Amino acid sequence: MKPPPFDYVAPTDLDEALAALADAGEDARVLAGGQSLIPMLNFRLAAPVKLIDLNRVSELSGIERRPDGGLVLGAMTRHRQLERDATIAEYAPLLAEAAPWIAHAPIRTRGTIGGSIAHADPAAELPALLLLLGASVRVARAARDGEAPGRVERTLPLDDFCFGPFFTALEADEVITRIDIPPCGPLEGTAFEEFARRRGDYAIAGAASRMILDEDGTCLHAAVSLINAGPAPALVAGVEEPLVGRPPTEDRLAEAADVASAGCDPAPDMHGSEAYRRHLVRVLVLRTLARAARRAAAGRTPGIETEDG
Amino acid sequence: MNEIRVAARINGEDISRTVEPRMLLSDFLRGPAGLTGTHVGCEHGVCGACTVLLDGEPVRSCLMLAAQIDGCAVTTVEGLAGVAGEPDVGALHPIQRAFHETHALQCGFCTPGILLSVAAFLEETPRPTRDEVREAISGHLCRCTGYHNIVEGVVRAAELLAEGP
Ligand SMILES: Cc1cc2nc3c(=O)[nH]c(=O)nc-3n(C[C@H](O)[C@H](O)[C@H](O)COP(=O)(O)OP(=O)(O)OC[C@H]3O[C@@H](n4cnc5c(N)ncnc54)[C@H](O)[C@@H]3O)c2cc1C
Ligand code: FES
Ligand code: FES
Repeated sequence: MKPPPFDYVAPTDLDEALAALADAGEDARVLAGGQSLIPMLNFRLAAPVKLIDLNRVSELSGIERRPDGGLVLGAMTRHRQLERDATIAEYAPLLAEAAPWIAHAPIRTRGTIGGSIAHADPAAELPALLLLLGASVRVARAARDGEAPGRVERTLPLDDFCFGPFFTALEADEVITRIDIPPCGPLEGTAFEEFARRRGDYAIAGAASRMILDEDGTCLHAAVSLINAGPAPALVAGVEEPLVGRPPTEDRLAEAADVASAGCDPAPDMHGSEAYRRHLVRVLVLRTLARAARRAAAGRTPGIETEDG
Repeated sequence: MNEIRVAARINGEDISRTVEPRMLLSDFLRGPAGLTGTHVGCEHGVCGACTVLLDGEPVRSCLMLAAQIDGCAVTTVEGLAGVAGEPDVGALHPIQRAFHETHALQCGFCTPGILLSVAAFLEETPRPTRDEVREAISGHLCRCTGYHNIVEGVVRAAELLAEGP
């Protein structure tokens, strides 16, 4: 189908975009990559009165390394950039490893990190990965009536951002501007894996794991984030129990995978029953935890390099 | 509802039009631009038939607004043969020759989108494995060929491109 009529502006300045969004009221939307919003318009699931296109706002793009080693990603960072950028590969290899699994290349050319978080699809990779990395989201809006003129900003940990399927902390006049990712240490390993019927489709389930070891190989931190296995991204409770304070042996990794499989909340559909999905989660968590442990032990987190198992 | 002025370069030719904001790029190409080689299957990003190059990168033209291409360069299947420089409408690009040779199309509905995805893919991966080829075309649905000959076509195209003109 074709989209319903709407007004369109494409400002180059962020404050101009924020003002346009505030002026247009509840029924306006910002347009980022358009890879979720335009299908919704074509299906007439959304009928905004006005679209504020963010594609020409230069302040929203760019990938930077902070002095402390963390990263700052502009909200308009494309999935394709996560896949190709050298800084990402080195300092956030988990994003580089997972990016090729987000949709297909022509969709990754346009789709953005800000759009993915704002859309908050439980099957989306990026919210779950950013949660695992401890990222936070910076949002901005124009001052409201009664406030001093200018830009009003706030920062939320990703944990407090995505509440449920397609439901976030974002208010109607707010725009995501940046994603902050804290630095990763040398003895830290991350790994990602997902399963879909066809490469590029939304995953039936996916898992990302992160582990930090000390010099002796004792696990200091272990965490798992699941994709499409619950209403909103959340770290799986209890996976650290069998692991932290000891070396991550095969048995302990398997125990952690059992915890994740029992603790997740997958919704059955025509692609798989609940039991199938729990089994899949167990397999994916075991593989990613084992790989994260190996990478942490090797003192590096190679991004796109493929390893078996 | 406002109207938007769009000036873009399509297949090497400058074009300037006024469009309704809601006009999709796919409809702009097939309508006002008169380039019906870009096909439209699903209009929600799944089938890949509408794929074109925007400043050299593959995009779904059904998931962009025509208003967004202002100042950009678009390549459709009609301009593929001249994609590297001057447009050569009517001539065959090596990828098109390879598809012809290997019977990589039947009805041809999916072909324009695949050709443009493959053009961008081979630019980045000039010597792909068959697995890489399968992955590269995974975003395109073909209801006729069973994909086997499309994979052969892409492998052959890589050879032709390596041989040079
Ligand atoms: C065929 C197909 C397959 C796909 N497969 C996957 C997949 O496997 N995994 C996956 O994760 N995604 C997938 N996607 C979705 C894709 O990743 C989208 O790009 C992403 O979900 C939304 O990002 P966008 O930049 O395109 O946002 P848009 O579509 O432009 O916007 C989506 C929503 O977010 C809002 N928004 C966007 N940016 C901001 C901002 N900076 N501040 C505030 N609000 C904002 C918009 O107003 C809109 O409501 C797929 C899409 C298609 C069409
Ligand atoms: S018509 Fe655009 S992807 Fe199907
Ligand atoms: S050749 Fe008919 S759809 Fe591919």
